[in-house]
Amino acid sequence: MAKVLFNEERCKGCELCTMVCPQKIIFMADRINKQGYHPATVEEMDKCTACATCARVCPDVVITVEK
Amino acid sequence: MGETILMKGNEAVAEAAIRGGCRFFFGYPITPQSEVPEYMSRRLHEVGGVFLQAESEVAAINMVYGASGAGARVMTSSSSPGISLKMEGISYIAAAELPCVIVNMVRGGPGLGTIQPAQSDYFQATKGGGHGDYHLIVFAPQSVQEMVDMTIEAFDVADKYRNPVMILADGLIGQMMEPVVFPDGEDRPNTEKPWATVGMGDRAERNIVTSMDLNAEAMEEINWRIQEKYDKITKEMLRYETLDTEDADLILVAYGSSARIALNAMSKARENGYKVGLVRPQTVWPFPYEVIKDLANQAKAFLTVEMSMGQLIEDVKLAAGETPVYHFGRCGGVIHSPAEVYEKIEEILNGGGAAK
Amino acid sequence: MTVVFDRPKSLRDVRTHYCPGCLHGVAHRLVAEVIDELGIREIGIGVSPVGCSVLAYNYINTDWQQAAHGRAPAVATGIKRVHPDKFVYTYQGDGDLASIGTAEIVHAAMRNEKISVIFINNGIYGMTGGQMAPTTQIGQKTTTSPFGRSAEHIGYPIRMTEMLAQLEGDNYLARGTLHNAAGIARAKRYIKKAFQYQLDNRGFSMVELISNCPTNWGMHPKESIEYIKEHQLKYYQLGEFKGGEEASK
Repeated sequence: MAKVLFNEERCKGCELCTMVCPQKIIFMADRINKQGYHPATVEEMDKCTACATCARVCPDVVITVEK
Repeated sequence: MGETILMKGNEAVAEAAIRGGCRFFFGYPITPQSEVPEYMSRRLHEVGGVFLQAESEVAAINMVYGASGAGARVMTSSSSPGISLKMEGISYIAAAELPCVIVNMVRGGPGLGTIQPAQSDYFQATKGGGHGDYHLIVFAPQSVQEMVDMTIEAFDVADKYRNPVMILADGLIGQMMEPVVFPDGEDRPNTEKPWATVGMGDRAERNIVTSMDLNAEAMEEINWRIQEKYDKITKEMLRYETLDTEDADLILVAYGSSARIALNAMSKARENGYKVGLVRPQTVWPFPYEVIKDLANQAKAFLTVEMSMGQLIEDVKLAAGETPVYHFGRCGGVIHSPAEVYEKIEEILNGGGAAK
Repeated sequence: MTVVFDRPKSLRDVRTHYCPGCLHGVAHRLVAEVIDELGIREIGIGVSPVGCSVLAYNYINTDWQQAAHGRAPAVATGIKRVHPDKFVYTYQGDGDLASIGTAEIVHAAMRNEKISVIFINNGIYGMTGGQMAPTTQIGQKTTTSPFGRSAEHIGYPIRMTEMLAQLEGDNYLARGTLHNAAGIARAKRYIKKAFQYQLDNRGFSMVELISNCPTNWGMHPKESIEYIKEHQLKYYQLGEFKGGEEASK
């Protein structure tokens, strides 16, 4: 099963990953991390295809992708 | 020691660098020092080193930064306007605590000035020149032989203190030929530099050569650490000569080429019954303030003899206290004659002239 | 489970100081990935510039020297001449490389110095607060071109990669972009070729990367991606200009 892991404390909330997800499953969380940003997160993980596009555009290497 | 040979100053300083273990040279042509890069382009090829003519003095000094940070024994040379261009890099090198040797064959300024000898870069060499609190160790040779000896030693000194060393000569010493003797034996070996950037290999910690810390407190700490090194250098590296100062009423203070002219004038003064002595700083940073201070108790006056409008005189005045300090100098590339220095000595000792 | 994507080993596991959405982070990661793939971390010596990436040495896990503004190619030259068997790379922005350091980059390329240059072109001075760069677009407003860059007043943006491509010698020159996943993948191929050029002892290599500056462009990171598409990529052509298959076509 495909899985994306977000290292939320490193996320700066730039939203670039939300632009590129072909499944449109990445959203910005309501919670705020220690840096003061709304971190990116995935709500419907079962729809993830592990394409890793989100990880490749993330400037902060927040995202790890497994399959 | 080896045989005595006749050699031009610019070529001798280059050969001395090779003997001092220098294997990398980055430079740019400028009169009156162009024989240094010319000589290096031939000799470094023979000894398996690298000579590179840079696109500018700015680039050359930054190549020195890179090569020194990578662990090499490295030198650059220039003359006054070119040294001004190197000042940014010199500040970075001093701050990153990188060893290297910089030769300045001073010529008349300011501006493009002239190509004849001068000593008007004294402030720049001894008081900074670039930005920030830093010092170069500055050797001031008075002859081709002394320049050779100082240059060979300069590479060891630079490595020991991880500090740039300047050979502050002038167009006169660079252009004239004198007999010199080079030491026998192997060239001086490079020293161990565990801090150098050579690639991490198996090393766990990275080596980083930098002059920056954006944290003000940390940057102040770096300044304090470097200042401690300067205090140590001041104690350990001070060099000077005194001549006939014991009974002197008037003490000449001069370095480099001017010291030889001053000595000539002083000899004539002694012949004519004037009690004149000489202090010759061989390092102008560190400077022999204590020597001047002690002599100020005994001498009636000091006279600085320098090829400038008066720069060395400011250091002498710092140490001389109430004792008057006179200045004699020609500048803009004009070399003073022993006769005119003698006239000044006579004038002072007969109660004439105004102290600065 | 297999890991499809993870942090490259040569990228240190620390938070960067870059602003949200700044593509320096992507460029750093690509450099680290290529260093890992080529197995050259142990022989790598980086040279960081003045500008936002002055602290690049905090992120990529090799030895580093920090250079004065624009002088990274000269510093890298000094290092490479001392250690011809090591991998020497610079990481420079457009204020650094295309303005104050034009002499150094042109002459390093002219000498065909065997160094690799990563050149980040985001059309602005980021660190100093958004002033106009030589690469700023015509009409683009910055803190020193408040009415928009005027060609009549200060000329047109400089295309460094094309300029260097005029020089003779076996060198590698390419321009990529960091604004989308396809561009990033292609940029990585360019970086790998550039680094391999040095490892093969061929000559100078440089990869220019079109990047962004959301903070000083005054826009959301998502808008900055659109700005790259609409402006930067219309002026700066992507591709290999020398040394690659694309260039020889």
